[in-house]
Amino acid sequence: MTDKQNNQEATMSKSLYERIGGEPAVNAAVELFYRKVLNDHRINRFFDNSDMDKQIAKQKAFFTMAFGGPNNYTGQDMRNAHAHLVKRGLDDSHFDAVMEHLSSTLVELNVPADLIAEAAAIAESARNDVLGR
Amino acid sequence: MVKLTIEENTYACQPDETVLDALLRQEVNVSYACKKGTCHSCMVRSLDTPPPEAAQSGLKNTLKKRNHFLACLCHPEQDMVIKLPDQSEFYTEGTVVVNDMLNRNTLLLIIAFKDAFEFNAGQFVNLQRADGLTRSYSIANTPQESNTLEFHIRRLPGGRFSEWLHDEIKVGDPIAVSEPRGHCFYLPERSEQGILLVGTGTGLAPLAGILTDALAHGHSGPIYLFHGSREAEDLYRIDEMRQLAEQHQNFLYIPCISGKHVPEGFTHGRVNEVALSTLADLKGWRVFLCGHPEMINQMKKMTFLKGASSADIYADAFLVTPF
Repeated sequence: MTDKQNNQEATMSKSLYERIGGEPAVNAAVELFYRKVLNDHRINRFFDNSDMDKQIAKQKAFFTMAFGGPNNYTGQDMRNAHAHLVKRGLDDSHFDAVMEHLSSTLVELNVPADLIAEAAAIAESARNDVLGR
Repeated sequence: MVKLTIEENTYACQPDETVLDALLRQEVNVSYACKKGTCHSCMVRSLDTPPPEAAQSGLKNTLKKRNHFLACLCHPEQDMVIKLPDQSEFYTEGTVVVNDMLNRNTLLLIIAFKDAFEFNAGQFVNLQRADGLTRSYSIANTPQESNTLEFHIRRLPGGRFSEWLHDEIKVGDPIAVSEPRGHCFYLPERSEQGILLVGTGTGLAPLAGILTDALAHGHSGPIYLFHGSREAEDLYRIDEMRQLAEQHQNFLYIPCISGKHVPEGFTHGRVNEVALSTLADLKGWRVFLCGHPEMINQMKKMTFLKGASSADIYADAFLVTPF
């Protein structure tokens, strides 16, 4: 992703973060989401770090990003952070599973469908970086 | 511009700088990684003023209460005195006043101080021998009880420090004690909340402190204590806990034995499995886990999956220092 795109995204989606409810919304979503992920045998091995507090902090960063909230993640950060998982076989099917849980979490929290679609689009834009392509 | 003080040194923090950036610019050796508030590597502590709320985002309530904050998220509003995690510790000399066995391998050690020792029940300190050998032990009593600290010391075969405490130290001997550390303690809030305490071996020490503290604050929600070991002979304070359970309707004590021989009055099974099968839903509960590191990792996850919020799960893994 270029810097220009990054900036456009930040400007456009800052309001999504606010519309969706800011940090309290992130906190509510993270725990629901992480329970779903840990219970999903397709992907839980990628999240099964022994330090749960750190894992939850990472999920919080993910949701803040997906809501277009304040974050400084670059495409390169995403690549670096997931490179060891790609080596262990992380692929599109796993990314799809995470996207599923992202949507169902937001549905459970009664987030309107159009906002869910916006959040999903932002998360989707990180797919190639996460998968190291 | 505000001033940051660490020990004897003062550092300037410019208006647009975070505490972390200011310290790094002035070549202070502080650990950090993400600079985004995610990894918690740069957590430090304010010794004078409460840090700005934004710098405590995502930290547990007990850490917030002790003025811990993330240096990378902190734009200081006023001068601050800061303690780095690896900064040398201040030790106070105490005197051993009780040195008795609690069971066949656990020593009750009580250390008295001239002045009040400030701590929260459930925290730990470092004990230090005259030659500098140092080990961490959890405090088992509450601060309301005179100027003493109580410890439960299990004898580890070949463990230099525990053998010294078991075999050599006597009533009247001096011993150096660090400032209290750790964030596994009770905060008197949400008194109707359920509390789950799970410990193995001397994991009972911090849990007993937390339990006493919660009861003393009139905690009204159910409190379950599961204490486990392989054999009944390695549990202790059994009668005291049973007595407490009789005095307090909301307190339940479940001693668990994982070995084959299970005397009457004890539950058979591993303490974590018994706790999880007893309590079906932990939504809204506060959880304290102390003892064996593997038990703790597994229980953190399981109690979270059973509904406890991660902010309400407090853990203190007892790591054994070899020799």
